[in-house]
Amino acid sequence: MSTDDDQAGVLTAPAPSAAGPADLPADGPALRDWLGDMLLIRTFEETADGLALRGKVPGGMHPAIGQEAVAVGIARGLRDGDVVAGTHRSHHHALAKHLPPDAVMAELYGKRDGANGGRGGSMHLADFDRGLWGTNGIVGAGLGIALGGALGSSILRNGSVAVGLFGDGGANTGRTWEFVNLAAVWNLPLVVVCENNLYAVETASKSVTGGTSVAERAAGFGLPSHQVDGQDVLAVQVAVRAAADRARSGAGPTFLEMLTYRYKGHNSGEVVRYRTEDEVLQWRSSRDPVERFSARLTDAGLLTPEQLTDLADRARRTIDHAVTVAEESPWPDPSTAAGNVSAWSDSQGYTR
Amino acid sequence: MSAPEQGTYSTAYQAGMREEMERDATVFVLGTDLYDRGGHFSQVNGLGERFGHDRIRDTPISEAAMVASGVGAALAGARPVVDLNFMDFAYGAMDELINQAAKIRYMWGRPVPLVVRASTGVAQGGAQHNNSLQTALMNVPGLAVVYPYRPWDVKGLLKSALRGEDPVVFMMHKMLTGARGPVGGPDELVPIGRARIARPGTDVTVVTYGYGVGLAEKAAETLSGQGVDVEVVDLRTLAPLDVDTVVGSVRRTGRAVVVDEAPHLAGPAAEIIATISDRAFWYLDQPVARVTGAHSPIPHSPVLVDALLPDLDVIVRTVRDVATAQGPVLDPAVGAGAAR
Ligand SMILES: Cc1ncc(C[n+]2csc(CCOP(=O)(O)OP(=O)(O)O)c2C)c(N)n1
Ligand SMILES: [Mg+2]
Repeated sequence: MSTDDDQAGVLTAPAPSAAGPADLPADGPALRDWLGDMLLIRTFEETADGLALRGKVPGGMHPAIGQEAVAVGIARGLRDGDVVAGTHRSHHHALAKHLPPDAVMAELYGKRDGANGGRGGSMHLADFDRGLWGTNGIVGAGLGIALGGALGSSILRNGSVAVGLFGDGGANTGRTWEFVNLAAVWNLPLVVVCENNLYAVETASKSVTGGTSVAERAAGFGLPSHQVDGQDVLAVQVAVRAAADRARSGAGPTFLEMLTYRYKGHNSGEVVRYRTEDEVLQWRSSRDPVERFSARLTDAGLLTPEQLTDLADRARRTIDHAVTVAEESPWPDPSTAAGNVSAWSDSQGYTR
Repeated sequence: MSAPEQGTYSTAYQAGMREEMERDATVFVLGTDLYDRGGHFSQVNGLGERFGHDRIRDTPISEAAMVASGVGAALAGARPVVDLNFMDFAYGAMDELINQAAKIRYMWGRPVPLVVRASTGVAQGGAQHNNSLQTALMNVPGLAVVYPYRPWDVKGLLKSALRGEDPVVFMMHKMLTGARGPVGGPDELVPIGRARIARPGTDVTVVTYGYGVGLAEKAAETLSGQGVDVEVVDLRTLAPLDVDTVVGSVRRTGRAVVVDEAPHLAGPAAEIIATISDRAFWYLDQPVARVTGAHSPIPHSPVLVDALLPDLDVIVRTVRDVATAQGPVLDPAVGAGAAR
């Protein structure tokens, strides 16, 4: 690994304080909001997963249960106007960017009140006003869109930062590294996030991935690269905020490998045979992001049991409402199906 | 002779693969999630244990590397099958497929016996998982593109592909994965580049492939009750196109409809109609109609998907109109473009 550039290099502990967990800010209301978002995501995903099993989500979905801290930490490390581009497993990113749960659920159902009118679905959610530049059905593609967003930001000098996400599986597609390289040589305001949950569908990524770690691989492209505990929302938030500040100051991109875990199978209903129940239990019992953060807030005196119950109840009510909206929303109008493909083709009458 | 075995579209592929791997030790498969999972469509279920990790070879999600390594291994004398699971992921390997695999025989005189298999066709999954790549791929000189409808043809075409010399893109419709039917024995080959008459008829020819064959057969069934005798041509291979079978049928019936779920503009249907015009124009009693997918990406919502695709009603109506019209049809919209 080159050491010429002292900005590059791998830290294997959370970036800002290799010594230990980041200090908890004293802002109780804000931190309880984060926890509320994580609970909301957990409740949404568990509910949606159950609905998918009942056939309510055409085509199914990829649940992100277990990965809540990554999404909330990223969203809370950014400013308004910053951009996130996601993956095929991105409900958590969408909700953390505050897409309304009603709209996300209705989109999963393929209904008219969905975030994208039923056109996108689980893998293709977007809300440009809220900075979600698409979740993406093509492995590695979201990072490319974020790369372009960062280029746009640098050309327009609008001060925004882009975050591009991919998984450990996405770390083995060539395009990912084209994007990382270009961000580094152009010094773009990009935060590259590898959400490493150890598996790509049924493949243990370590069986098909060379080198010691994804973060180590990234360091070869000449940008700072860190591993972050993705089950610690504060560690994620601190790392992302530092990377975003650095990007905003003109110092260029940062690579963050978030170590996380998905509790469910690759897609709803997948029979999981490629890992042990024990391994899942280990992650759930010792590193669950929701439990860890609520324990931490409780210990710091920032969260009472009543407040926790209240947050959980609120999440439940919000998601119940989202399900009602999705159930009751009408189907999109079939006569619109071939519209808005392209202003060119519409004008040529090609679409019908 | 005993009755042929029954199987599904997917188990027919498995059986063909297993037999060819047993017959020829140089045949191997590479792709993601093959060994344990058996592929996303069970296409190589059980073959991992039988043939081991070298020959049912798991890869990272590296489509360019998958196809490139298949091209090189084929040049070296092996018989690789690159399994992309979904055809849509071929976009990340287009250079390897089109600029390398398809052109090496032409440029350098060395054939590339490579099979690229993928499931395709419109189903659930939204815009990025439901591309109709047959349109683009059949326009590439040097590639054979097969697109079977029956389990029988899946197995027989796979065998031909694995015993041929040149690259074959092997497309399998997702909606047919579990479809059942007879399956041929170990030496029952289906030639690449040959269509079949799926149902003989005298009044009108419906030319189609893949999922469209089942729709056309149903439409023919409905229309037979209305006195219209429909001939259905199942292309089986899109490139090379079996011009003789298509033209022969249309010359007999004098009327034709092409059913094709790919987006309308410059799709396979357009090529088929041009071929009919070239070779059967003076035999036609009516202009050829086409029922195609709308010129649109595929959305998520099922009601929107349905609105874009050829469905039974529209096919029945169009075929009936073409079969029964006498003289000029004043409504030129008959069969034009999308389902609606
Ligand atoms: C280019 C491309 N190849 C293959 C796929 C099929 N696919 C979808 S998700 C996935 C696994 C991705 O694994 P990872 O990047 O680790 O993300 P995770 O599912 O763990 O969130 C695969 C192979 C795809 N969507 N796009
Ligand atoms: Mg993964």
